[in-house]
Amino acid sequence: MSKHVNLERRRQAIYGWLLLSPAAVLLSLFAFYPSIATFISSLFSKKTRRKPSEFIELENYTDLFADPTFWIVVKNNLFYAAITIPVSIAIALAMALWANSKIPARGFVRTAYFTPTVLPMIAAANLWLFFYTPGLGVLDQIGSLFGLPSVNWLGQPETALWAVIIVTIWKEAGFFMIFYLAALQTIPEDLKEAADIEGCSRWTYTRRIVLPLLMPTTLFIMVNAMINSVKLIDHLFILTKGGPSDASKLILYYIWEMAFAFFDAPHAAAMTILVLAVLCIVAAIQFFYLDRRTHYQ
Amino acid sequence: MNGGPFVILKDVAKRWNGQLGVEDISLEIEEGSFVALLGPSGCGKSTSLRLLAGLEIPDEGQILIDSRDVTTSAASDRNLSMVFQSYALFPHLSVAENVIFGLKVRRVPKAERAEKMKRALEITGLTGLESRKPGELSGGQRQRVALARAIVAGQRLCLMDEPLSNLDAKLRNSVRKDIKKLQRDLGITVVYVTHDQTEAMSMADKIVLMKDGRIQQVGTPDDLYNRPANTFVAEFVGAPPMALIQSSVLAGFDKDLTLGVRAEHATIVEKGKGQLTCTVSEAEFLGSETLIGLSHEGTTGLSVLQPGLSLMDEGVTVDIAFDTAKLHKFNQEGDRITGM
Repeated sequence: MSKHVNLERRRQAIYGWLLLSPAAVLLSLFAFYPSIATFISSLFSKKTRRKPSEFIELENYTDLFADPTFWIVVKNNLFYAAITIPVSIAIALAMALWANSKIPARGFVRTAYFTPTVLPMIAAANLWLFFYTPGLGVLDQIGSLFGLPSVNWLGQPETALWAVIIVTIWKEAGFFMIFYLAALQTIPEDLKEAADIEGCSRWTYTRRIVLPLLMPTTLFIMVNAMINSVKLIDHLFILTKGGPSDASKLILYYIWEMAFAFFDAPHAAAMTILVLAVLCIVAAIQFFYLDRRTHYQ
Repeated sequence: MNGGPFVILKDVAKRWNGQLGVEDISLEIEEGSFVALLGPSGCGKSTSLRLLAGLEIPDEGQILIDSRDVTTSAASDRNLSMVFQSYALFPHLSVAENVIFGLKVRRVPKAERAEKMKRALEITGLTGLESRKPGELSGGQRQRVALARAIVAGQRLCLMDEPLSNLDAKLRNSVRKDIKKLQRDLGITVVYVTHDQTEAMSMADKIVLMKDGRIQQVGTPDDLYNRPANTFVAEFVGAPPMALIQSSVLAGFDKDLTLGVRAEHATIVEKGKGQLTCTVSEAEFLGSETLIGLSHEGTTGLSVLQPGLSLMDEGVTVDIAFDTAKLHKFNQEGDRITGM
């Protein structure tokens, strides 16, 4: 009898491992192994014709911490994240609440909001390049109607990062709206009716009932927005190339530059590991802290 | 109480895209009574309740609650509470928060809130479950939370939309008694929507039977059972429902009538001594008695009750006799012929 049970259990275990293995193999090959390889190469010096690569412990990291550009880029990216994450989530929520209510042309509104998401980032960046172009651009054209002077939005350090931030928000809000819309549709209609009978205002209903019920979605979107704030840099290549004078340079762009423009793979690897570490920590905080305060249905 | 009806609906109609919602709903409800809106699904009973609740606004007609015209008032201004079929509990709030949600919205002071909640939870037997979430409760407990939320504010009118339909049969019986007791003890007026005639018959002081958006009959359970206004009511109320017989198949009646007979007023008699010879189509043992289903051309739903276990084989022919004085007569349109 017990032998029979054991056999069955082993069969179950094998079945489980077989189901897991495709994902495990792919992840190991393309995520775990590269991460570890990156970590190892970040501990070695750059290989030149005269000097072979050698183990230098954390010297690459100390170099980075001494590099003023690195700190500018970190600051830029923190600012970029601090603006794009909350603003795109807030806009997404507002759009979803509106597009979920009984309005005419609801389908059209939803499609319109979602359109930026469908566009590839490169195409979107080109579009915005046209908006931002001094003199010719739409922004300047509108500005000139009101007698405002021409502004080189992308060309001056004070506005370049803002210009990039706006493109990102424009691109992301519609995408996040879809998640909110889907979540809103799972909230039963009769909760609203029950609240109505109790004399609950629309605002109170949204704050006390809808927002808490949307928390799982918000958490998911927050993690995504955070990852995007590091990951999404396609538009930098079109809009500013990180300039002027590093004003709009984000960390991933700097890594790319380090690896493929300056051909300094070890420093790029060190920076990659730092980004990975920070992302892991933040995601862990979001999940463990907010998860406990979130109601799942 | 000022003597007049507490709730009045006058010629209320609601249509959707020209299609029939409800039509000509006129109804008077006394304070402290238990009124059941009964009917098959799609008959407009829920729509009537939602019109009364203010969740829908009627196209025509007038609604008065406590002598106040509330036809176009918002739901919150009608001073009523409601129990939803799905209970509509807020899943992220605890039992206590769910119950006092309305009080909080209406800015009732904290001490009063706690007092009222304690009482509501005591009445519904939920004490000790205050901090649970709805997801951690059984179906019956959730149902009681919905009840507690409905009575906590002390509104005099409570609307219930099929509150028992998500419970299993055994629980349904006990909760039915609880609701009825609650209504009596608190002296509140309850308007109760159900498609289950047993619920309506056992709980209600007054039943409103509806079909296709129109009221078929308003009356006490006794009225509906013993004096059905038309053949629809006759066939809807009672288990088994009333059998209908074309008068042409029976001797001694005018033609073009429909006769109604309850199972308890028909008996199987010796061969040759009955008024009708029919074939047994089914036999159902119910415990204390056995229900024998019979078929005969020109009749529907004919059946007799036999005491104890007395199953009969299908296809056997039997003679039956009726208590002629207990027969119901309906005209060709299906309406009851009175004065018999």
